[in-house]
Parts: sequence; structure tokens; C-alpha cells
Amino acid sequence: MINLLLFPILIPFLFASILLLFPKNRLAQRWITFGTLLLTLFVTFVLLFKVKADGIQAITLGSWPAPFGISMVSDMLSVLLVLSSTLITLIVVWYSFSFIDRDRESYFYYPGILFMLTGVNGAFTTGDIFNMFVFFEVLLMSSYLLIVLGGEKIQLRESIKYILVNVISSALFVVTVAYLYSVIGTLNMADISVKIAEVNQPGIITVIAVLFLMVFGLKGAIFPLYFWLPSSYAAPPIPVLALFGALLTKVGVYAIMRTYTLFFTLDQAFTHELLMILAILTIVAGSIGALAYFDVKKIIIYNIIIAVGVILFGASQMNEPALMGSVFYLIHDILIKGALFLLIGIIIAITGTSDLRKMGGLIKTYPTLGWTYLIAAFGLAGIPPLSGFVGKLLIVQGGFEADNLWGSIFILASSLVVLLSVIRIFIYAFWGEPVKVQMLSSSVYRGLFIPAVVLVGISVLYGVGSEWLVPFMSDASNVMLDPTIYIKAVLGGA
Amino acid sequence: MEIIMSFVIGFLFMAAVYLMLSKSLLRIIIGTGLLSHGAHLLLLTMGGLDGDAPPVVSPGVSNYADPLPQALILTAIVISFGVTAFFLVLAYRSYQELETDNMNLMRGTEDHD
Repeated sequence: MINLLLFPILIPFLFASILLLFPKNRLAQRWITFGTLLLTLFVTFVLLFKVKADGIQAITLGSWPAPFGISMVSDMLSVLLVLSSTLITLIVVWYSFSFIDRDRESYFYYPGILFMLTGVNGAFTTGDIFNMFVFFEVLLMSSYLLIVLGGEKIQLRESIKYILVNVISSALFVVTVAYLYSVIGTLNMADISVKIAEVNQPGIITVIAVLFLMVFGLKGAIFPLYFWLPSSYAAPPIPVLALFGALLTKVGVYAIMRTYTLFFTLDQAFTHELLMILAILTIVAGSIGALAYFDVKKIIIYNIIIAVGVILFGASQMNEPALMGSVFYLIHDILIKGALFLLIGIIIAITGTSDLRKMGGLIKTYPTLGWTYLIAAFGLAGIPPLSGFVGKLLIVQGGFEADNLWGSIFILASSLVVLLSVIRIFIYAFWGEPVKVQMLSSSVYRGLFIPAVVLVGISVLYGVGSEWLVPFMSDASNVMLDPTIYIKAVLGGA
Repeated sequence: MEIIMSFVIGFLFMAAVYLMLSKSLLRIIIGTGLLSHGAHLLLLTMGGLDGDAPPVVSPGVSNYADPLPQALILTAIVISFGVTAFFLVLAYRSYQELETDNMNLMRGTEDHD
């Protein structure tokens, strides 16, 4: 069972390669993808309980001793993220059956999704900083395919900017890894964590920390580096947007959390302070955007940016409640953003526009859709007992414990903005004078609505059952609080 | 040697930034190519350029070249090759579809306020 942690990476990769052979057989494409994801989900569950029972699972490829080979490490944080990514992908694929048009399906849409999941799971699992770069490129390359697939004018125009930003950030990533290697002389993340304390060069290490923040901040959309995100994400069709919004920024956030808890713990007064300030500015910028637009896609996209700020604020506090809250909030955000994008996808499909001012009165024709959306919206804002509440509570508590009063107040104030921005969608789209809509055929509507409801249901369970999840979350935050657990699991007894 | 390499890398980055700030799409793509060349050379230089012997462990030789940066560069070159190829095809396709390669004419979205 020692290779267990590689399966969430290898299964999607293998089946995606097989799917490349017969792109025109749409039925086979659909169901093989669905089966692959079910299998991946099952394996990840097994892995989750294995990690819970036996602690961190680590394997170094090629049976090299640990700092020399490429390590893959599955601690609780990474396995939880792998689990929620696979779950989201499964549900988005299910939704895509009814949403994605025939042409996209026959031009490698499903292999693209599976390759992206390969990259995402790999980036979450790897224990080698250069290997993380490689998995980033895997997921970016597939995301280039997904964002441009279909070739509409807006997609072509926006994907150029998306690719350019990501190429620059990849080059910066290589540069940063080069600096790190020249100072530390190793690429294994556990080994870096040990040696960074030994080399005693705080100045250079801080420079590298800031460079990493820029690299991952470009992917994760933190304050000055988020400018590319809203217009790029609005271009592809809704299922792709849901995947991007739920997963891609989270990979950047995960990488920041991992490097800032494992490597850069020596000069916290500078690095974590900077992270905190940027997180708060991210929240402010996201809030302004979320209230400024009448485009439903843009409103939810700016909510991604707010969530990134909240999670990183928790990560910057470096105490137990805040870190545990960030993990809670990270998983919550993956689930709820996926659900919200799927729901507004249905709204857009019904009304034929994404402009709020041209919508209205949907509650008369689609009441269940309205109430489901309202539950998801409350969950996003963190109204107890729904899923956002626990994470935000813990983050705010951590902020108070670390004496960052103002930061915590910003988080609380941002909840109101989030609530206002999503309720605005509810008021404009569901209340008011009914506008003329095209009724979806009931089979299509069911195909879109059931996956979305399942996802909302899971997020509600996540909120209501959070007491039961606490042991998993505290395992995840313990590794971040105490890097020696991670180091011991990878390098052995040292 | 490291000093000369630093100048070369700096020059490559400078040229890359200059090209990426221009309006023509093709120049931007060439800029990204130069940027990744600069990053790869930096990776090589940062590993240290000294070391004459091939990195094969044998008795009496201690002055090995560091093999790791070379492996990393190889990976990074392949990746940037793939991305550049994709980018060029995308640029050609968008030139056909949008009938311009001027970034000034590609901004904004048509349907929001």
C-alpha cells in the first residue's frame, strides 16, 4: 500500500491518456471520465483514512534515500485538498454532460479536465519544490486548453492574457527555485526546512520568501497580482469557470501556506506581517469588485479573491485556531464556490444573460433553484450552521489571539459585503417583475440542477458536521504548526 | 565566469521585458521566449559553474560538476518549448479570428458596463 498516495495522480493521468485515442466517441468519453473520477475519489478516501490512522504517508520515487530522490508526501492538509478537488471535478463533469456542447466534448474537453486534476493533485501531494513547478505546468497547460477550447472571440482574447501572465509567473518560479537552490543546495521540501535554519542567511531567505509570495500570489490572486483574474475567468463556459474558480487559485494558496509554514518561519515579523497586510488588501479589493459589477459571473469571481484573502489572513497568524480555520475555510471555499458557479450557470442558461439588470422573477418559475441558491449564498457568507461559519470563526479567533484586532474586524466586515453581493444576485434574479425566459427542457434542467444540489448538500453537511471533522482539521494544522512532524515523516528518524 | 553570465542573464531579462511591453503579439511571444532563456541560464549559473569532472562517483575525483541544475534546466526547457508552441498557435488563431495582432485593440470586454 506504500504507493497509495500516487494513485490520485496516476489514475486520472492514465485514463486521460487513453481518452486521447478516441475523441469523437462522446458517450465513452463521458462515462470513462466519470468512472475514473469515482475510482480516484474512492482511492482518495482510502488514503484519507490511512493518513488519519498511520500519520503522514511519504514515498521517495525510485527508492532513492529521501533528500536525493523526488519525494511525494501526503499529509492531512494535502489529502483533504486532493479529496475535495476530486469531488468537485466529479460533480463538474456530471454537470458538463448537460452543459457542454457537442463540439467541445469531441475536442478533448474531458481529457483536459483529467489532466488538470492530475496537475492539481500532484501539486498538492509533491514534497519537492521543483516537482511542484512541474505539476504547476501540467495543470496550467491543461487550463490553457480548457480556457481556449471553443475558440470564441472573447476566449481567444482573454486566454492570451491568461497565458502571458502565467508564463511570466512560471519564469519567476524557475528563478526563485534557482535562488533557493544556490543558497540551500537542496530541493526536497523537508530537507529545505531543515537546512534553512542551518545556513543562517536571513536576508537572502527573506528575499526568496517574498519572491515565492509573488510567484504563488500570481496564481492565487492576492492583492496587487489579481488584476488578470476577473476578465480571464469570465471567458470560458461555466463548468470550466467553476473548476478554475474552485481549484486553480487554491493551488496557489496551498503553495503559499506550505512554503510559509515549512520554510519561512524564521523572520515571521517581516514575512508573515507582509502576508497579512496583503491578505487584508486582497479582501478590500475583492469586496470593491464584488459590489461594483452587475455581471453575476464577475460578482462570484470577485468573491474568489475575497476568500483567498481570508484564507491567507488565517495562514499568516501562525497559531492553532487560525491555521485550523484556514484549512476549514479552504475546503469550504472549494465546495461552495463550485456550487455557486454551477447555480449561476443554471441562472445564465435560463435567462440567456449574465447581466443582473436583465433578470427577474425567476422564483415564480424555478422556486427550488431560488431556495437552493439562497442556501449556498448563506453558506458562502458564513451564516451558522452553514459551512463558512466555523472556518471564519476560527480565523477571527486566531486573529484576536495574535493581537491583530483590525485584521479580524476586516474579515468580519467582509462577511457582510460577501452577503450583500450574493444576496444582490438573489434579489435581482429571483425577485421583481418576471422577465421573459426560455424554459429549459426538463431533462437538461435536471442534468444541471441535480449536480448543483448535491454539491450544495455536501457543503451543508460540511458545515453541520464540522464537529466530526475537527480531528482531521487539527491533524492538518498540527503539521503546519510543527514542521518537524513533516520532516520526520519524509527524512526518517532524524 | 559567473559575472559574465550575470550580465548575459540581465541583458536577456531586459530584452524580454522590453519586448513584452510592446503592442505586437509576436514580439510579446518572442519576449516570453527570451524570459525563459534568462531564467534557465540563471538556474545553470546558480548551481555553480565550477566543477570539471563528470558527475560520476569514482575514487580520487572530488571536483564534480553539479548534475541537478542540468536536469532541472532540461525539464524547464521542454516545458517552455511546449508553452511557446501553444502560444504561437494561439496567436495565429486569434489573428485569424480577431483580425489584429495589436494588444491595444484586444482589451476590455464587449458586454459589460
